[in-house]
Amino acid sequence: MELLGRQEVWNITYDHALGETASYFFTQIRDNGKIFGRRCAKSNKVLVPPRAFSDETLLPTTEWVEVGPGGRVEAFTFVYEQFNNLPPPPYAFGYVLLDGADTALGGYFKGVDLTNPREAAEALAIGTRVVTKFAEQRKGDVLDFWFEVA
Amino acid sequence: MTDRVGIIGIGQSNFRSRRDDASYPDLVREAVVPAMLDAGLDFDAIDAVVYSLSPDAMVGIGNAERLGVDAVGGRNKRFLRINTGGATGISSVTAAYYHIASGVCDVVLTAGADKVGECGDSQTVLNKIWDPTYERALPLGTINMLAMSAVRYMQRYGMTEEDMAYVTVKNRRQAALNPRAHLRKMVTIDDVMDSRVISWPIKLMDCCPQSTGGAAMVLASEQFIRDNNLDAVWITGVACRAETYWMGDRMGNNPTAEHADAYALGRSFAQSYRMAGITDPAKQVHIAELYAPFSNTEYHAIDAAGLVANFGDSIKRLRDGEFELGGRVPVNPSGGTLCTNAIAVTAMARVAETALQVWGRAGAHQVDGARVGIASGNGGDHQIFGTMVIEA
Repeated sequence: MELLGRQEVWNITYDHALGETASYFFTQIRDNGKIFGRRCAKSNKVLVPPRAFSDETLLPTTEWVEVGPGGRVEAFTFVYEQFNNLPPPPYAFGYVLLDGADTALGGYFKGVDLTNPREAAEALAIGTRVVTKFAEQRKGDVLDFWFEVA
Repeated sequence: MTDRVGIIGIGQSNFRSRRDDASYPDLVREAVVPAMLDAGLDFDAIDAVVYSLSPDAMVGIGNAERLGVDAVGGRNKRFLRINTGGATGISSVTAAYYHIASGVCDVVLTAGADKVGECGDSQTVLNKIWDPTYERALPLGTINMLAMSAVRYMQRYGMTEEDMAYVTVKNRRQAALNPRAHLRKMVTIDDVMDSRVISWPIKLMDCCPQSTGGAAMVLASEQFIRDNNLDAVWITGVACRAETYWMGDRMGNNPTAEHADAYALGRSFAQSYRMAGITDPAKQVHIAELYAPFSNTEYHAIDAAGLVANFGDSIKRLRDGEFELGGRVPVNPSGGTLCTNAIAVTAMARVAETALQVWGRAGAHQVDGARVGIASGNGGDHQIFGTMVIEA
């Protein structure tokens, strides 16, 4: 028998509130080109991106700490596939432990030759020193900054 | 706990990309009916239903458990939906287990279905599992997230892209024996290595498919099983564990849950082994169905399950054939998640396949003499894990 189908599209716009902690973080990025984490007084760990409480001690974090702009690569991947609603490939992104932080922050890597992924993987090997770069025009977003090999 | 919980009925679809002949509730019913026939029970015997359904957007129906109530015979019964992402299926069996272990119910049905093939865009859905405050603007998805786990696993234990390909070759060979599996075409190391790079080091053939189909299981108390003279296999160990949302906290300085490994999965296995009285899983476990949607993740799952002495030993031992059908402890003899991933019921299929193995009913991919099996499920951003020990 003939089997029929119907197409449906979900397109919903959300207006998310960021809350006090993330608002400070993004304001510092937008206005000063600086990245801040939050220190837990009990564990002494600096959480980046900053959170109002530590998932380990379950206590409120107590102090803003500027981190970076230098850091080291903790993880990366190179994307060669076009996914719907994601940027055109290829691109590199991953996680960096910024100087002064204890947890890693996600962002794009720029300036990496992605012609050959195996060679690119050597250029960005875990532990490689990188530096955070900021866009000239910033709106207060994680896309205002990216990482380049130092 | 003296009164055990048994598995008395199992139903699974033959999983495919699409099923244009079946609506979503039709697929649920397709699994429920054979599970009930297998149990030999009428719907009146069911005291409660646990409904297995991961993110709504994957099937494109908000709260699709509403549509599922009729398909599982849920009218006027206790009814509960479970969603722990990829772990949903094993979490549902776990919830069904506790309904019985608590003494509240004698017989519980758990069931669900997924139509990931109709979504065709699972990474858009999965990108939405990341926090809209800090991380949503990044190109995160489960493939990219687990590619970064692979990069860290490579650095710590020396895994290569070719090692990853060995997992795909093994699982495809095993799926070829399983008529319910979705990807059943055998492939070579070269096929995998030559497949296009999706998110390095993950290539197309390192990835699971987007599958459509349903699964269902009937569980009962030991008393009910004995009183009614039913055939059963037994859930002797059950546990679940979660770890931090933040992927960046699983790296950096002294992380609790290293992103290369499956830390909370290991903790969950340890607890389910204690419950089952298993002290040396590498010797006592005969078959394992471990949730691993990308080839690299089978290694850290084998490590976490304690089937090798040290983390990273899984790489060489898999290449030596220890985890093949006919090897020391066959892993994913059904072909596993790598060959079939209907997300809402994938982790239930791990439990169902393990049960069939220790029951001696797995068919062409039966592990000879299997009496003790383990199953696992991983959900969210590699964050929520469930494990079971199942024995004949």
